[in-house]
Amino acid sequence: MYVAVKGGERAIDNAHRLLAHARRGDPEVPELTLEQIKEQLTLAVDRVMNEGSLYDRDLAALAIKQARGDLIEAIFLLRAFRATLPRFGASVPVDTAAMSVARRISAAFKDLPGGQLLGPTFDYTHRLLEPDGAGESAAEPAAAPADADAMPRVTDLLASDDLIEPSASADDTEGPARDLTRDPLGFPAERDLRLQNLARGDEGFLLALGYSTQRGYGRNHPFAGEIRLGDVAVEFFAEEAGFALPLGHLTLTECQMINQFRGTATEPPRFTRGYGLGFGHCERKAMAVALVDRALRARELGEEVRAPAQDEEFVLSHSDNVQATGFVEHLKLPHYVDFQAELGLVRRLRAEFDEAAARAAQNASREAAE
Amino acid sequence: MNAPIYNFAYLDEQTKRMIRRAILKAVAIPGYQVPFASREMPMPYGWGTGGVQVTAAVLGPDDVLKVIDQGADDTTNAVSIRKFFVKTAGVRTTTRTADATVIQTRHRIPETTLAEHQIIVFQVPIPEPLRYLEPRETETRRMHALADYGLMHVKLYEDIARHGHIATTYAYPVKVDGRYVMDPSPTPKFDNPKMSDCPALQLFGAGREKRIYAIPPWTRVVSLDFEDHPFERYRLDETCALCGATDSFLDEVVTDDRGGRMFVCSDTDYCEGRLADGAAA
Repeated sequence: MYVAVKGGERAIDNAHRLLAHARRGDPEVPELTLEQIKEQLTLAVDRVMNEGSLYDRDLAALAIKQARGDLIEAIFLLRAFRATLPRFGASVPVDTAAMSVARRISAAFKDLPGGQLLGPTFDYTHRLLEPDGAGESAAEPAAAPADADAMPRVTDLLASDDLIEPSASADDTEGPARDLTRDPLGFPAERDLRLQNLARGDEGFLLALGYSTQRGYGRNHPFAGEIRLGDVAVEFFAEEAGFALPLGHLTLTECQMINQFRGTATEPPRFTRGYGLGFGHCERKAMAVALVDRALRARELGEEVRAPAQDEEFVLSHSDNVQATGFVEHLKLPHYVDFQAELGLVRRLRAEFDEAAARAAQNASREAAE
Repeated sequence: MNAPIYNFAYLDEQTKRMIRRAILKAVAIPGYQVPFASREMPMPYGWGTGGVQVTAAVLGPDDVLKVIDQGADDTTNAVSIRKFFVKTAGVRTTTRTADATVIQTRHRIPETTLAEHQIIVFQVPIPEPLRYLEPRETETRRMHALADYGLMHVKLYEDIARHGHIATTYAYPVKVDGRYVMDPSPTPKFDNPKMSDCPALQLFGAGREKRIYAIPPWTRVVSLDFEDHPFERYRLDETCALCGATDSFLDEVVTDDRGGRMFVCSDTDYCEGRLADGAAA
């Protein structure tokens, strides 16, 4: 019997059993614990929280384990869970100037109030595989007396001289911040929605787009004004209490790019900003978002839109890796019906082609005979 | 970590209300694509998340659900979606077209004529019929608003000029109620005539693209064509090897590596029904 109609259900159940077996691997090797993932694969957890757009280290660790380390699959698991959560409101905007900083660097100034703070970074490691180093218990981190100095954001220092455009503040937007998971994204999209889209966007896609702006496809002369990593307090304004209540802390990475702007007839020349913010330690992502954010401001700044990174419909419609992987991978699903319809057409076109060729050959031989 | 508890048919009531509002608008403006706040579903985009959300929003505890993919009830994804609703809604399911009150489908319309008490829900990958002619949403929305469908007619004309006939075999564009040009989802054009004056309500859900559209019962649906090149319903000139049907859409099955082929009904319920009634090839 060639038409295998029954059996889909059993095939699925068995595939799931096999998947669970493959996920576990060699039973002789101890099973990974969620604590291990949460503590030792922190950057994977951060990425999954970012693109899953849910700040929960435990659930992100669970998702990574369940997804066998496939981070896009883990992001998908977290997103699907997030979609079922009720909303009770929006927090007060977090203040990254008041961040308890673990790392802060500026590529624009040699020194500045609060200083440069290298923090935990791969930046100056030599990329040599260290079979002994990666697993060993690490030495205690070096300690330094806490710096009591405030650590103002570099862009705020420049803004006081009017050399850089003022930062958009929450007061500039009318009404509450919009949410593309609650209302479908439309075009043109304002900056709050664009930044939300980029924050959820695929790191690889945004990295490539940011890179393309540096190589001349929508160049905007960036300087890494400041990158900071640390904890910020999250507060929620409770109507009943009449004041903002602390909810907890988030670890965030913030990147402020400083970009050239030559000015217009009405605007003096000054620097402009590109902004990136993400959960956890996610410098590559935050920097890429800042580059793409600035590129997408072309319309607002009166720049010609020529490159892919400046094209908001192109960028925002293709940044989401859960959507992208779904649509690419859905090609695995059966398409017998459409393929059958296309087969019919190709056969018909070929028959017509062969007829025409035969007619042409006949005519040619007749002409040769004449 | 709290174990999540899910509502009837998975979606929370607020989300269902939002989807129902979009469906009502879609029914009120036949063929118009209504944007809706599509949720991330626990199955991937491209697997029918739009159809699943529409089904979840219209399903009640007394409904009888049928799910087909490529016309068949037991293709893996149809099985998976049916199981999802059995698990989350506990509704009764059937493979018999006539017994179902809600039918979710991918790529086919059943051969059995639908009835007034039924709803058919289509899974849609790209809801925009103009998308491959104009990639920008801002442009295509403007074109629909102005009923500016010249580009589509030019495309069909170019097909005729190049191939002698319209070279679109599935997702063949239709005009609904004389106004909106609509993508019927990737059904073969064989199924297009079934959409017109159909007694059942036809709903279309595109999850990734966040659009819902509808054809209300008894609405005229016309496949685009030209007076001198009328729409042709294509069917392979073969009979079903199982039930002997000569009127159904057929799947081609490769039986060996020497060019052997057999043809069987793509609609498994139709085929089984005919066999039960004593038909044979």
